[in-house]
Amino acid sequence: MGRRVILGMLGLGAAGIAVGPTAQNVVNFFFGPFRSQIGGLIPAAGGFRYYSVVDSVPSITSATYTLKVNGLVTTPRTFTFQDLQAMPQTHVTKDFQCVTGWRVPGVQWSGVALPDLLDAVGAHGSAITFSCFDGAYTESLTMDQARRRDVLVATSMLGGPVTHDHGGPVRLFVAPMYGYKSAKWLSGIEVTNKVTPGFWEVRGYDVDAWVGRSNGRNDVQTS
Amino acid sequence: MSRLPSYLKRFTGGERAVHHATAILMIICLATASALYIPAIATYVGRRDLIKPIHIYAGLALPVPMLLGLASRAFRGDLRRLNRFGPYDRDWLRRSDRRAVQIDGRGIVPIGKFNPGQKLSAAFFAGAIFVMLGTGLMLTFPNPWPTNWRTGATFVHDWLTLAIFVVFLGHLWFALQDRGAMTGMLTGRVPRDWAARHHPAWEKEEEDAHQRS
Repeated sequence: MGRRVILGMLGLGAAGIAVGPTAQNVVNFFFGPFRSQIGGLIPAAGGFRYYSVVDSVPSITSATYTLKVNGLVTTPRTFTFQDLQAMPQTHVTKDFQCVTGWRVPGVQWSGVALPDLLDAVGAHGSAITFSCFDGAYTESLTMDQARRRDVLVATSMLGGPVTHDHGGPVRLFVAPMYGYKSAKWLSGIEVTNKVTPGFWEVRGYDVDAWVGRSNGRNDVQTS
Repeated sequence: MSRLPSYLKRFTGGERAVHHATAILMIICLATASALYIPAIATYVGRRDLIKPIHIYAGLALPVPMLLGLASRAFRGDLRRLNRFGPYDRDWLRRSDRRAVQIDGRGIVPIGKFNPGQKLSAAFFAGAIFVMLGTGLMLTFPNPWPTNWRTGATFVHDWLTLAIFVVFLGHLWFALQDRGAMTGMLTGRVPRDWAARHHPAWEKEEEDAHQRS
């Protein structure tokens, strides 16, 4: 009898793997709207999951925020939050796909398209290194990737400000790549001539993180 | 004919080692799972690069104590007892006065060494550990699996975690309610009157064995 319970659970587990994708959609449909009330206790439910690589991240408001852009540029410059908001704004709505499997459909983002920011400082290198005010996280892009119009220095997501837990007040959003490319708590952009692999990339993730074409995954492309 | 001592041996050192090692690994898995996936705790703890490998290694190690335990004759014997459901077990599950005793202090249902609640929870934990191991391996090494399977594995791993939390808390609750059961798992010995009350058929079995020897 005990053995039958164990075998039954193994069978249920296998069945759960088979029906899981459908069942997860049903869960998202029913619980997604109540995400904030249930405090994330329902697994995933169509929401973002909080990932950070340090024990605590300083709180920075839009009033005190600065973004330093330097390296191979004609005019190094430090942008305030207001500077970013005064520049031409780009809106993008795309699915957000994490390399660990979860996906948030149709997330609205807005901010400065990275190519616009690079033009504003006269960038002329072949790669970018991003740094973050959590003190640990870094990311990288080639100049060709950074020149895409769907790569944003985002000052707004989900129709409001970027909250602290989502990497606010300003984060990167790289639409066609896995979430680890969209560095949270963005504080520095350095233009260089060499791609320096980012935090997770020296820990085994792919540097060119195209959704569906990297990290051994075949998710539907996001952009 | 000698009288039976006032304490009965319930678990060997090896069996208790299997229990304690499994318990510690399970607590590490549940604690790191909370730090990775409950947003409020994840926000507070952070350190994903540190917590994630701890979760994975504790998870991989979780079945090891049970498998090593198979080398112990006492552990194998208890597995056999846990696996077998008798007619009294169904009776015990069904009646509301299952904890009642007769005037001589013996439980009214002749339950053996394990009651059916213990048998079911042991089977649940064994099954859950292997399902979590299987789905966890699929998430840790995602390359060979199609996306659909991985989404399904995530679904099973997430929801079974909630079920394990509930059964784990239930297991703790019943243990904390019952000093004799706690003593049994901590020291390996139980008072004989406790055995007669909760496991009368086992107490009788031990007494018969003692008188034969």
